[in-house]
Amino acid sequence: MKTAIWAGAAALLAATALTPALADEIKQGGSMTVTYKDDVSTLDPAIGYDWQNWSMIKSLFDGLMDYEPGTTNLMPDLAESYEISDDGTVFTFKLRDGVTFHNGRALTAEDVKYSLDRVTNPATQSPGAGFFGSIKGFDAVAAGEADSLEGVTVVDPLTVKIELSRPDATFLHVMAINFSSVVPKEEVEKWGADFGKHPVGSGAFSLEDWTLGQKLVFKRNENYWRAGVPRLDEITFEVGQEPIVALLRLQRGEADIPGDGIPPAKFLEVTKDPQYKDLIIEGGQLHTGYVTMNVKMPPFENLNVRKAVNMAINKDRVVRIINGRAVPANQPLPPTMPGYDTAYEGYPYDPDAAKALLAEAGLADGFETELYVFNTDPNPRIAQSIQADLAAIGIKAEIKALAQANVIAAGGEPDQAPMIWSGGMAWIADFPDPSNFYGPILGCDGAVKGGWNWSWYCNEELDKQAIAADSMTDPAKKTEREEAWRKIFISVMDDAAWAPVFHEQRFTMRSERLGGPDAIFVDPVHIPVNYDYVWAKDVQ
Amino acid sequence: MAGYVLRRVLQSLMILIGISFLTFILLYLIPADPARQIAGRSASAQTVENIREQLGLNLPFYEQYLRYLSGLVQGDLGRSYLQKTEVGTLIWSRLPATLLLMLGAIVCELVIGLTMGLIAALKRNTATDTSLMVLSFVGVSSPQFVIGILLLYVFAVQLGWFPIGGYGTFMHMVLPSLTLGFLGAGWYSRMMRSSMIDVLRQDFIRTARAKGLKRWQVLFGHALPNALLPVIAMIGIDIGLFMSGIVVVESVFGWPGIGQLAWQAIQRVDIPIIMGVTLVSACAIVLGNFLADLIAPLIDPRIKLR
Repeated sequence: MKTAIWAGAAALLAATALTPALADEIKQGGSMTVTYKDDVSTLDPAIGYDWQNWSMIKSLFDGLMDYEPGTTNLMPDLAESYEISDDGTVFTFKLRDGVTFHNGRALTAEDVKYSLDRVTNPATQSPGAGFFGSIKGFDAVAAGEADSLEGVTVVDPLTVKIELSRPDATFLHVMAINFSSVVPKEEVEKWGADFGKHPVGSGAFSLEDWTLGQKLVFKRNENYWRAGVPRLDEITFEVGQEPIVALLRLQRGEADIPGDGIPPAKFLEVTKDPQYKDLIIEGGQLHTGYVTMNVKMPPFENLNVRKAVNMAINKDRVVRIINGRAVPANQPLPPTMPGYDTAYEGYPYDPDAAKALLAEAGLADGFETELYVFNTDPNPRIAQSIQADLAAIGIKAEIKALAQANVIAAGGEPDQAPMIWSGGMAWIADFPDPSNFYGPILGCDGAVKGGWNWSWYCNEELDKQAIAADSMTDPAKKTEREEAWRKIFISVMDDAAWAPVFHEQRFTMRSERLGGPDAIFVDPVHIPVNYDYVWAKDVQ
Repeated sequence: MAGYVLRRVLQSLMILIGISFLTFILLYLIPADPARQIAGRSASAQTVENIREQLGLNLPFYEQYLRYLSGLVQGDLGRSYLQKTEVGTLIWSRLPATLLLMLGAIVCELVIGLTMGLIAALKRNTATDTSLMVLSFVGVSSPQFVIGILLLYVFAVQLGWFPIGGYGTFMHMVLPSLTLGFLGAGWYSRMMRSSMIDVLRQDFIRTARAKGLKRWQVLFGHALPNALLPVIAMIGIDIGLFMSGIVVVESVFGWPGIGQLAWQAIQRVDIPIIMGVTLVSACAIVLGNFLADLIAPLIDPRIKLR
């Protein structure tokens, strides 16, 4: 017993000695191994758009803007400073001097322009082209009538001016997403369609080696402009490892981070084990799971019916079904999103009141309807729980479990899917701004054939308010803008266009030998992990 | 002989074209929209349409198939929608790992299967025979993912003798080879047993004994070579068995071969890769059967190729 205590004390001392108190004291060096199930698809920032390559691309490339590590707060990255015109339509970025690509060439304003022209060009087939819709000249490029964005001009080698066709308060966020990363023209042209396998950027790491189907090795960019970053010398990404095997390897000290997270089958076992208590990190996600009610299909045109559904669903039980990997939702925005209303309480779970609302709508005997759902676990189980809740107030919902593409197609038709459970399909924000949760999924623009507004809810008054909010480009009006968005989403809830159910949480695990604030392991933007700021305890 | 080979080559080609057609139809019918997959959710209808056109997905079915086939003739397996790489490159880079695993599995199944069969035949109708045959029955009927996970759990996780999945050293190879070979070992032990029993009853064995040869001389000099022949001819056919096994085994052990590639592609509905791997494995099976047939008359002169 005594020895155990001494060992414990020694370990504690060692741990304190190994934990630098300040970020400046962290020594660079060391390495880590991250595992993934699937091979990495592409590291081309104009193309990559999945959970796995998102943060890798952020480590290899830089954009004009980025976020403070572990937060959703914007900060300049390649841009040293920026100016926004009074009407909010002209953004002038001053670039940092002395930044070079991994191939040694200096990065200039020409590269910024080239990268934006490339990502919007239809031939690039970028899934992110649509984000640049507010830049002047976008329509001509998208239609293939122009090769170059009229609104982007190179003022001098270190200054680039971007003109918008409308004021857009989210534009700085757009300059921070992967799709606007700066790429060197000569390398893109050299590799052509295979640039994604031979990425060259200006980021904190460079790609050292890629053995298809086995591993990728990232090496520290010695010339990175940000002092002390990245912390590690090397990261190895091993691919082709099932999450369960990844977990076993982590427990044996062979791997440091299971990139795909903790597998659901092992979730309770691992999270309840005191041995791993300090190694598991939980973080919010910019995600909401919801049930849409098609306001164009009776009886959901009736507000009381939509409110009744909101009050009928037992959200706590749904959260229990997925082992507590989420928090119940009462509004469209997730809690980590600016504009989230902490004071709003939402519709209570109250089946009796829900029944009364149905009776008020003249449907005291209930009605029959259909609930569409993506057929992959856990979504059918969640739908069954919702089905049971609805049955309790007299709504007989038949579950239609279909392939993802079929559910999305049904939602995009005005008269096909009365109700849809969004799980596995929608919605996770692309960047931390509330507008990203409105336009495509709740605005009139999304309520079109093939759109994502599956409720077909179109409130022109709210659309006007949304445009007004997005025109507040002055950073000083940030609070006012958030307040405007908060109001919009609460109005959506007053109209009960959705029944929000939960916000998924992310759980990840790290090995004992990795250091860094918890927030960077569940970074809301550098998903899943902000690799640049992880450090190794064994070199401290 | 030459006529036979020519006829078989033509037959094989027909089979492969048939397989490519069936696979293409099946993948054409599944509910997935590759253009939308590539375009992403923020894309406008126009963007999706552009991509559909660039990929030729707006063409009628038969035209899409003919385009694929003409690419195939030129050795072009197409380009993966999600991996953004030539399917040929992906398969080529993963083929060595799969071949290595198959080689390991062949060694395992021959060593284990033949030994078990031999012992069972010699100890016919004893408890040893029965228990060996029960074991082979287990091998033939157990799903490979169960065997794989069991081996992984016992020998890698609990005992720590082997690495938990991965690729690179000889130690990495042992458990996946055993898993993949175990099914075949079951078959081989049964075939070896009956073939051996059969041979031991033959006249030439009695003659060999009668002329005073020692027991082991009879066994290894006369019986075994004759009993082995029909068994060896089976190896070509094994390739078919392996092709279905590698998808499971490679996924369980994180082995970077084409089976794992196929599994990842199926989960993400990456149609060009699924097509490519299906065709490559079909080729391997057809080729394996063809070789088995060619070898047969060399082993047993009673078989004539016509």
